[in-house]
Amino acid sequence: MAIQNMTMPGKRFVISVPFVWLILFFLLPFLILLYISFVDMGNDISPFKPIWDSSTGLLHLKYENYWSIFRAGEGGALFQTLYIEAYVRSLWYALCTAVLCLVIGYPFSYFIARSAPSVRPALLMMVMLPFWTSFLLRVYAWKGILADQGVLNQVFMALGLTNEPLQMLYTDVSMLVGMTYVYLPFMVLPLYANLVKLDPRLLEAAYDLGASPFKAFWLVTVPLSKAGIIAGFMLVFIPSVGEFVIPSLLGGPENIMIGRVVWDEMFTSNNWPRATALAVVMIGLIVVPLAIYYHYTGDAAEPKA
Amino acid sequence: MSEVVHANKGLTMADVDSKKNYLVTERLVKRFDEALAVDEVNLSIGKGEIFALLGSSGCGKSTLLRMLAGFETPTSGRILLAGQDVAKLAPHERPFNMMFQSYALFPHLDIWENIAFGLKREGLPKSDITQRVGEMLDLVQLAPYAKRKPHQLSGGQQQRVALARSLAKKPKVLLLDEPLGALDKKLREQTQFELVNIIEKVGVTCVMVTHDQEEAMTMAGRIAVMSKGRVLQVGSPKEVYEHPANRFVADFIGNVNLFDGKLSVDEPDHCAVQTAIGEIHVGHGVSGALNMPVAIAVRPEKIEISREKPDVDHNLFSGKVKEIAYFGAHNTFIVKASDGTKVKITEANTSRHDLSKITWEDDVYFWWHDGAGIVLRD
Repeated sequence: MAIQNMTMPGKRFVISVPFVWLILFFLLPFLILLYISFVDMGNDISPFKPIWDSSTGLLHLKYENYWSIFRAGEGGALFQTLYIEAYVRSLWYALCTAVLCLVIGYPFSYFIARSAPSVRPALLMMVMLPFWTSFLLRVYAWKGILADQGVLNQVFMALGLTNEPLQMLYTDVSMLVGMTYVYLPFMVLPLYANLVKLDPRLLEAAYDLGASPFKAFWLVTVPLSKAGIIAGFMLVFIPSVGEFVIPSLLGGPENIMIGRVVWDEMFTSNNWPRATALAVVMIGLIVVPLAIYYHYTGDAAEPKA
Repeated sequence: MSEVVHANKGLTMADVDSKKNYLVTERLVKRFDEALAVDEVNLSIGKGEIFALLGSSGCGKSTLLRMLAGFETPTSGRILLAGQDVAKLAPHERPFNMMFQSYALFPHLDIWENIAFGLKREGLPKSDITQRVGEMLDLVQLAPYAKRKPHQLSGGQQQRVALARSLAKKPKVLLLDEPLGALDKKLREQTQFELVNIIEKVGVTCVMVTHDQEEAMTMAGRIAVMSKGRVLQVGSPKEVYEHPANRFVADFIGNVNLFDGKLSVDEPDHCAVQTAIGEIHVGHGVSGALNMPVAIAVRPEKIEISREKPDVDHNLFSGKVKEIAYFGAHNTFIVKASDGTKVKITEANTSRHDLSKITWEDDVYFWWHDGAGIVLRD
């Protein structure tokens, strides 16, 4: 009893710190966002109008901010707006990025987890090393590599693979290269953490029972690393959906992603309610995969023998 | 004599040989960098035999088993199964299946899937797999648990699943790595008989690795005692216990009193050794040089203890009782002889009163029969 009484306040405090943090810097801003998304556009002095009309005293919710995302004009066809296109494009590129990161990151993590324990910290360090350089600098560096007169094109031309420079920068390819490059560590680290725990005797048991090394990998390693795959996938996918900087720097003018659309609504059109409504819908799009993620990690957290 | 018996059954010499030498290791060596883990091991294991590799940790027994399974490649030497060299085959190509120490059951698969894993790799028709898994589940009496996951089973049940999984493919050789190591003591005793029953029912040749001599002695038909990568003695549990080949084996298997001395008499039917405690008579000859250093091994339970002087000719000594340990079924006394040698004596607790008369600091006599001692040269 005495111990409980002594530790309880400390315990509460420790738990409350992240809660207070999230309430102040996540929930509260989100509620403000939600509020703005339901009001009318403002003027030059204030970017949005209050939610109730002070003259009539009535609440004035402007659903039009949301409707206009899904429907082009009054009576227009559903889901055929530039916004929806941008969402779909964002989700698609985020999915591509996550898949590319998984395909590149899985063998990478597997290799690190399988290497001698003494060299693992050094290998992990190499994964983390890019974080020591400015993110912008690293993305800019890709411009130098992929540009028409960039390193890669010069090498290709020197080797005689092509006579004129290939258009690589400002395409889907360059954008995906950049996103995959930046988000790869977020895939590698959770996968590594998962794969390093895998009992090598399970693989031996599979070999012993007649599974070829590939079969053993497919039937034992992959299913047992499911939690790591999902964690890595979500860690890459979620921030990729709203990614703004990389598509702006490396992407082509025709692949506008949703982050860019929100920016344009906010700062070019000065339409804060529209911009916030777009952001709220995007949060909804991300919460769904997150819910799936927690469903599966909850499943994977079951006690194992 | 055995040849005559087999000849009567109409077996040729080659049959007898392949039955007796079903699994053979020839000068098998495994070297890790500079360390010699397995050092020129020659073993012949008969078909249907339960063979135990016994030794303390680091003696090379596990490495030897892993070489048989194919997880380690021998540095040199051969592994022959019915005359065929299998040392070059990958683990999944060998007709050997292993039951792992901590079972290594696949946590993401249920019991049925675990047992079916090996059968599916063979590409058997579905009906055959279902039938065989059913047989295995019945064999280990786990049919009601087929849809459970491994972590939902007790340790003993997991062990049976592991056994069923390793027997499902009808392996030519079953390898057991510390089969009872993960179970608590009470469960272990019950399980070891169960395990032997199942293995004998299936009739599979079995090589087990254990550090527990009791486990090896109750389960195996023959035991190889290993130390520092070498096999020191191969024999039945009784041979290894009653006729240890050297000090290490005598000391490793059971309790033993070792008396160092010099050979003073050496006749074909008996010999005598001068030791610190006195002259010890042994009822067998050693055909060694006189005055060569030897040790006499005497098991504590073969020594008699009494307060009255018995009427015996030799191997009679006296001392003071220093320690008494009561184990329920037997008492162990530590007696300090007049020269200071400490001798361990175990007496069965058959009656309630006789031995309880002996107590601390009592002067006692202790003696043993000529046949009780074994002369060890090294």
